[in-house]
Amino acid sequence: MAFNRKDLLGIRELSVEEITTILDTATSFKEINERPIKKVPTLRGKTVINFFFESSTRTRTSFEIAAKRLSADSINISASTSSVTKGETLADTARNLQAMAPDAIVIRHPSPGVPYQLARLIDASIINGGDGAHEHPTQALLDAFTIREQKGRISGLRVAIIGDIRHSRVARSNTHLLTKLGAQVRIAGPRPLIPPDYESIVEDSSDALLVCNRIEAAIEGADVVMMLRIQRERMSEAFFPSLKEYSIQYGLTLKRLELAAKDAIVMHPGPMNRGVEISSDVADGNRSLILEQVHNGVAVRMAILFLLIGAEGE
Amino acid sequence: MNKLLIKGGRVIDPSQHIDKVTDLLIEDGRVKAIGNDLAADDAEVFDAGGLVVAPGFIDLHVHLREPGQEYKETIATGAAAAVAGGFTAICAMPNTRPVNDNASLTRYMVSKAQEAGLARVYPIGAITRGSEGTELAEMADLKAAGAIAVSDDGRPVMNSQVMRHAMEYARDHGLVVVDHCQDTQLSAGGVMNEGRISTLLGLKGISRAAEESHIARDIMLCELTGARVHIAHLSTAGAIELVRRAKARGLPVTCEITPHHFALTDAAVVGFDTNTKMNPPLRTEEDRMALIEAARDGLVDAIATDHAPHHEDEKMLEYDQAPFGVIGLETALGVALTVLHHTNGVALPRVVEMLTAGPARAFDLAGGTLAVGAAADVTIFDPEREWTVEPQQFKSKSHNTPFGGWRLRGQVVTTFVAGSEVFRVQ
Repeated sequence: MAFNRKDLLGIRELSVEEITTILDTATSFKEINERPIKKVPTLRGKTVINFFFESSTRTRTSFEIAAKRLSADSINISASTSSVTKGETLADTARNLQAMAPDAIVIRHPSPGVPYQLARLIDASIINGGDGAHEHPTQALLDAFTIREQKGRISGLRVAIIGDIRHSRVARSNTHLLTKLGAQVRIAGPRPLIPPDYESIVEDSSDALLVCNRIEAAIEGADVVMMLRIQRERMSEAFFPSLKEYSIQYGLTLKRLELAAKDAIVMHPGPMNRGVEISSDVADGNRSLILEQVHNGVAVRMAILFLLIGAEGE
Repeated sequence: MNKLLIKGGRVIDPSQHIDKVTDLLIEDGRVKAIGNDLAADDAEVFDAGGLVVAPGFIDLHVHLREPGQEYKETIATGAAAAVAGGFTAICAMPNTRPVNDNASLTRYMVSKAQEAGLARVYPIGAITRGSEGTELAEMADLKAAGAIAVSDDGRPVMNSQVMRHAMEYARDHGLVVVDHCQDTQLSAGGVMNEGRISTLLGLKGISRAAEESHIARDIMLCELTGARVHIAHLSTAGAIELVRRAKARGLPVTCEITPHHFALTDAAVVGFDTNTKMNPPLRTEEDRMALIEAARDGLVDAIATDHAPHHEDEKMLEYDQAPFGVIGLETALGVALTVLHHTNGVALPRVVEMLTAGPARAFDLAGGTLAVGAAADVTIFDPEREWTVEPQQFKSKSHNTPFGGWRLRGQVVTTFVAGSEVFRVQ
């Protein structure tokens, strides 16, 4: 099917067909990344701005490589503070970006909703590279791509997502995406790190999304175990007593992983706190797909850029 | 002698239990008579056929921004917005810059309002110096200068002992204590209602408990001190229940609700329009319906706007960075009639009561009545007239409303203050 959106803002708005289109397109782009010469002329003459208000080596580099492999001109802009602390409004920011006449803008911002606000003000395609604790759609898409590649399907899988759900845009986007595609998502973590009414954020709440009291209940029989980073910078807010207790109660160890399905895979969007949410023998073990996620991220982002700004007349 | 004869309108004056089609005669700025077939040879005649003739509306809760932030609103522009919305009297919260915590500032506000010559402006003084929540403001002096109540609105008084003493002192001086009820530790960092939508959007929520626990404390302090306490902008079903129980026990507690809280829910935040960001936040449908029910059954004393002007640039920020607050003077009647009366069947006299006699009683204000001899503050409105909200046409300096583009049913036609016409719709 055609992908007719101007922007990619969140998973929640996407249909199953649109998600499938992105994943299928990424499959064809992954082959380019295996070639000796990893470059095609598809987006020649197009300009992509990576506008990051938060530091992110992984996502920014992935988008930059994706753009370059499609022959687009890629420019990185970083800002250490939000517009308000610079005395500028979002409208000013939008006007400045517009003046550079880009075709696509990848934006990461600590405030939820900024990509949505900018998309209303800017003609270029806006790609949400992560907005606060709201959504991180490209991460969820590359996670789904990786799962589908390994398992051959997503429907019917049991996926445990464990950790700091409250502050995680990855958890939200993955919850939307995986439940839309028919997986069962199980959430676990310290209760203060589970946002209120989390069970109700998906449309079909029958048993598509479960919030578990204990990590063991989430992992039991899971086909995918996705660990999230504990955000040490938030430790002062007393969400849980200590890192030591967290690692004992919620860390993924080889012993806990035995509760999962025999062929379960382990994922983590990175960066990891080794020894806190995940032990090194799990992170580096043969079930870990953590580096494969990074690898697939380029193909998925190539697909997104292509579908948004390169598919005219296709 | 200056005479005005308003003929054939539906006169609704809940203070006198009047609801009938009749005439109203105004002479020298005061109500001279209400009755059928009134005649006065030398009077100007206003044909009010098909219209409602009500006492001038009173808004217990507005922010006028002068002094200090005149780029958002001045006392004059706020008063112009007020009369355009049918409000002949407005109570101005003290969170100006500097805070209205002293008599000279109160007198300044009164004099600026007199200069404007539109709505009556009643300053509300601060409860504590600088609204910092520690030392009591000079309440007696504030009252002598014209303050009609005290409040640290926007900055809840968290120290319970300070609040207790404020209530004790205010009681001695006949001042109502108005509280913005919110436990600021529970609500810290929150920008919208805590619940499904905040979780979906990744925005930090403000729980109902933050509001309700503070209301519960104030009700207990009200019982302890005997002070008159007015709870501002109730937003939750639980808050309504707390006030209901307090009133049932005979405590001197009054309350207000705002049009945005009974017209909208937190679902409006999806899309991240900062004109949906207010404090307390928009709640759920269950909460909204509880407010409407409380309006219907007589629990609510007043509809107040919490008119909070902000410049467009200030609202054009990231959602979590934008300031709280929306304007409301010019949309209050239309929203109230559309949502409460036309959609949910709240009786027209009850809506009028919450805009007139109810607020007058809550703060012991003159007005809110068409009693013979009272100042002729009169609002005439068409309860059926449909109109589209165009914020750029507002008299207010600011346009931060969540109702832009809404089609409303019910509009102010003309407003009189002391018998003089101060507004007529185009």
